[in-house]
Amino acid sequence: MQTILSIGLDGISYGMVLFIISIGLSIMMGLMRVVNLAHGAFAMIGGYLASYAMRDLGAGYALAIVVAVIGTIIISIPLEILLYRRIYRKSDALTQLLLTIGITFVIIGLANFIFGPTLKAIPLPNALSGPLDIGFRMIPTHRVFVIVCGVITALALWLLIDKTEFGIRLRASVDNSDMADSLGIRTEWIYAATFALAVGLGAFGGVVGAELLPIEPFYALRYMVTFLVVVSVGGAGSIAGALAASLLLGLADTTGKYLAPEYGEFFFYLAVIVIAFLFPRGLFGRAH
Amino acid sequence: MSSLSTLAKTSDRAFPFAAELMGVLSIAALGVLGFLLFPDDLAFLTRLIGITLLVLSLDLVTGYCGIATLGHAALFGVSAYAVGNACIGGIREPILLLGVGIVAGAITGAISGALITRFRGLPQLVLSIAIGQLVAALANKLSSVTGGSDGLSGITPDPVLGLFRFDMFSRTAFAFSLIVLAVVFVLLLRFVRSPFGLLCRGIRDDDLRAQMIGAVVYPRLVIMYAVSGAVAGVGGALNAMTAGVVGLDSVSFERSAEVLVMLVLGGAGNLWGALFGSVVFQIFEHIVSATNPFHWMTLVGLLLIAIVLFAPRGLSQGVVVLWSKVFRRGGRP
Repeated sequence: MQTILSIGLDGISYGMVLFIISIGLSIMMGLMRVVNLAHGAFAMIGGYLASYAMRDLGAGYALAIVVAVIGTIIISIPLEILLYRRIYRKSDALTQLLLTIGITFVIIGLANFIFGPTLKAIPLPNALSGPLDIGFRMIPTHRVFVIVCGVITALALWLLIDKTEFGIRLRASVDNSDMADSLGIRTEWIYAATFALAVGLGAFGGVVGAELLPIEPFYALRYMVTFLVVVSVGGAGSIAGALAASLLLGLADTTGKYLAPEYGEFFFYLAVIVIAFLFPRGLFGRAH
Repeated sequence: MSSLSTLAKTSDRAFPFAAELMGVLSIAALGVLGFLLFPDDLAFLTRLIGITLLVLSLDLVTGYCGIATLGHAALFGVSAYAVGNACIGGIREPILLLGVGIVAGAITGAISGALITRFRGLPQLVLSIAIGQLVAALANKLSSVTGGSDGLSGITPDPVLGLFRFDMFSRTAFAFSLIVLAVVFVLLLRFVRSPFGLLCRGIRDDDLRAQMIGAVVYPRLVIMYAVSGAVAGVGGALNAMTAGVVGLDSVSFERSAEVLVMLVLGGAGNLWGALFGSVVFQIFEHIVSATNPFHWMTLVGLLLIAIVLFAPRGLSQGVVVLWSKVFRRGGRP
């Protein structure tokens, strides 16, 4: 019983971290059809900025998150204008793959050059670092915080996409970009805003999840595949799909690591292959 | 691609085995050049040849069939482990071991091809990664077969043809690998111009139209994947025999990503591109990453971005265009 509870809690909080980071990638893939392998690199930049803000500038945890998100978006703007704009929607998968792997490599090399190859800690404030008493047992507060963050992110995104003017324009561009363009929707602004949103969410997830996915230069390469898998399993562009896929894969991975640690990520990828065959378009994906 | 295929075809008519002869001569020239440049580091050149075979094998599926895969090292690694185990188990004849590698690679290729080519786009990519990672996790777990993280060691094949023993300066290993590479390269040059190879190119360009003219797409792709696996198997077998050790790096994600970079650097959909991309990349890597691996990553990243922006068909295509501009002024058919 204790083991099941621990697996459940760790699995769900790990899944939530995956969700916060991957949802940006998923929205980007649903709208711009870009397989952005550099998404993990943006999450890593967020982590580095937060770590720098807290340890060298003495900022608090909340301020560090804000600095990380805004800083990462600012860093990503020139990349969007110079590089990403060229590969929206039209180019083939191989071109996108190479360009974004190239960007990832450059970011890894620069991160190591500036911050060094060691692990960067993001110290948690006292309110989040201790255990939390929920009546019948103690659980780490940070896990609860991550889960709450994930739920809030999902709700906020749902409100943004389903209930706002921006969301309507975004959905129109996803369904038919050319038609949206001719109806007077400035699709290039929608793309730019979505890119910023995706990168910001990635950075946010990178900071919040730093306890589970530690920040170091190879972060971008190590978890790149995991984020991509979550999006593919969930179905590109679907919030519910990404949430379901994150929780499912988070639980599968955590269960595998608790019960058969010597198999590594075997069960995670086995789950991926099975799901890919049962749901070729992802759990909640739509045909394009 | 079109300019290249016409180039190949015109030279074909002028002299029956021109392309094949060019292949053998180029590889011989590269071998001699390598021997002169790195006389003390033949082990590196031997390793380079093994990886080059993997890049050629990747070209068959990515370049000629348009299948984007990031799990190709699995084919290489599985056959390397198979050859290692066969050698420890008593089969020590190098040619026979090559056969073991080819069979193991072809079987792995057929299985993963059957899974991967059912899909297109993102699911295909993710599935290829998943299969690669599955093999890597298994290689780590089944340490009785693979040696786990220590690697599989103690692979000591017999002398080649009973005459040339594998020496510590890798002279035999280098010459043997070079000859195998030349044979495989020439066979592939013919293979990709066979009706089957041309059909695969047709499927890559437009699979719906290929279906309309009567091609059965899915089995063709699986067969191509099996052939690609056989070529990767040759590379894996050479690697296992000449290094004497098979490590987890032969099935790693990094290896898969690296060979894709090499292929695109040279130019996908073109065997010459795969050959030169692999050779150029690995020699630069050998020199630069020895000083600082992170600077090497930054450099490769910048190079990739530059290639996508300025030479989307790879370096070899740029050379071909330049060549035809200099030597055939206005003489394009």
